[in-house]
Amino acid sequence: MMGSPRFWSWAALVAGLLYFFLPLVGMFEFSLRARRGEYSFQAYTNVLSDPQFRDTFLYSVTVALFTIVLGVLIVAPTAFWVRLKLPKLRPVIEFITLLPLVIPPIVIVFGYIRLYNTSSWLPLTGTAFGTNLLLIFGYATLALPYMYRAVDTGLRTIDVATLTEAAQSMGASWFTIITKLILPNILSAILSGAFLTFAIVIGEYVFAALLNRPAFGPYMVWMGGNKAYEPAALAVIAFGITWACMGVIQLATRLSRHNRVQR
Amino acid sequence: MTDATLADTVAPTPQTAPAPRPRRANPLPLKWLGVAPFMIFALLFLILPTIHIVLGAFQTPEGDFTLRNLQGLGVPQVVRPFMLSIKLSLLTAGLGCLIGLVIAAAVTKGGLPGWIRDAMLTFSGVASNFAGVPLAFAFIATLGRLGLITVVLKEVFGINLAATGFNLISFLGLTLTYLYFQIPLMILIITPALDGLKREWREAAEILGASGSQYWRMVALPVLWPSLLGTFALLFANSFGAVATAMALTGSSLSIVPIILFAQIRGDVLQDPHLGYAIAFGMIVITGIANLVYIVLRTRAEKWIK
Repeated sequence: MMGSPRFWSWAALVAGLLYFFLPLVGMFEFSLRARRGEYSFQAYTNVLSDPQFRDTFLYSVTVALFTIVLGVLIVAPTAFWVRLKLPKLRPVIEFITLLPLVIPPIVIVFGYIRLYNTSSWLPLTGTAFGTNLLLIFGYATLALPYMYRAVDTGLRTIDVATLTEAAQSMGASWFTIITKLILPNILSAILSGAFLTFAIVIGEYVFAALLNRPAFGPYMVWMGGNKAYEPAALAVIAFGITWACMGVIQLATRLSRHNRVQR
Repeated sequence: MTDATLADTVAPTPQTAPAPRPRRANPLPLKWLGVAPFMIFALLFLILPTIHIVLGAFQTPEGDFTLRNLQGLGVPQVVRPFMLSIKLSLLTAGLGCLIGLVIAAAVTKGGLPGWIRDAMLTFSGVASNFAGVPLAFAFIATLGRLGLITVVLKEVFGINLAATGFNLISFLGLTLTYLYFQIPLMILIITPALDGLKREWREAAEILGASGSQYWRMVALPVLWPSLLGTFALLFANSFGAVATAMALTGSSLSIVPIILFAQIRGDVLQDPHLGYAIAFGMIVITGIANLVYIVLRTRAEKWIK
């Protein structure tokens, strides 16, 4: 009786693993095929020595970093303030932060193009700087659900009201409270949000392509149309980045749990 | 809310009413100022752009109200992509839910070693985020014309995959690719729900003489039902809005709605800019309904998990 369900569990697991690992193996094997008749890292050498790879990758990393800073600056104080002073507003804020999951990204960027074009009241797409800015704000919007959830979960584990009152009664300013008290306490939550944001931004395609920015996503699509083995190498690199980001998040969560046990 | 507190403290004597006035004027705006940056950000980069699109769907190029754009959705070159997208989303959401549930049940309730469950959750976190362009490349490298599986099947087993009618750049290929992020998303969402199934329920069912399948059919599935349907809706919306994977996999040979809209934004291929608004509006309506279903059902499901 017990043996048979366990057998089916193993069967389901093995089938799942096959489905999940074969494309990874396939992508890795394909990326090694650049030289005829032997396995080599030629495709990786080609990609890494391509100045366009460096430019677009650097561009996307820079945009990702600005997005993270912007996202933290917008989300962390808001989530803190809402928990402390405006708890009735929480459902509203939560609803807004979920909207980017409801409205398809392509529709949001369509709205940007129409709302902020050169003949509008805020012609952001008129200059490269303005478009970069728009891209960063757009990515911060896409990352909003993840960033807000991460930070809000972090805030839930500390007693915001008591900590703030204690700090205030000792004469701390709001700036001190936020930077020295709240931020250190939710740092691991913020890190989780930051790395998830990074993973989302680094390979994003639709926003960058429709706003005409030289980002990593459009570069990958261009490679896909023009090269044979380099795209697989790019996919391996992208997968490695995703893995690394998720690994750091796990680590951050585990560290914060560790902290909590000590207290 | 300030009204309520004011009423509690000063309402009984009308004479004192003028006194709290400055108090009321002061704390309220200051308090709300704290969420102002967030609200302005959300308004400018989320809400206004969306409203602009929705209003545009009901406007002529001159700005007058019209329903003609929505009627434009009825032409075959728009209806077909919508049907194709809905079919693709239904299929990948359905299969994603089913396969994800089976795998999640296997690793949480199937008597497998505990570390497998954690490893599976970690991997699902990675895989659900491994979407877009690189995912398409991985599948091309595996099932494409020169892909690993295609080559191994041909050289080792003598099976010509293309001759069997399989083509990665097709509806079936896209379905197979989408499942790569749909199944892990299902596993991530449904595992907590499965953990919420109490052991007592199973024991009670067994004591009453229920078989394993009876327990699943009559106890577990009804409890999980809201979670399952809710996740189905979420997966549906998730696949409906996805562009990059399909774009990198099929170019523009498979006309699903987001690809049509993408082409429309880039080059106005439908010769009617306001038809673009209408298509975008149609997308919002469909993903909106799907997400509404998800949110409502999730609230119902949480009753059981607690």
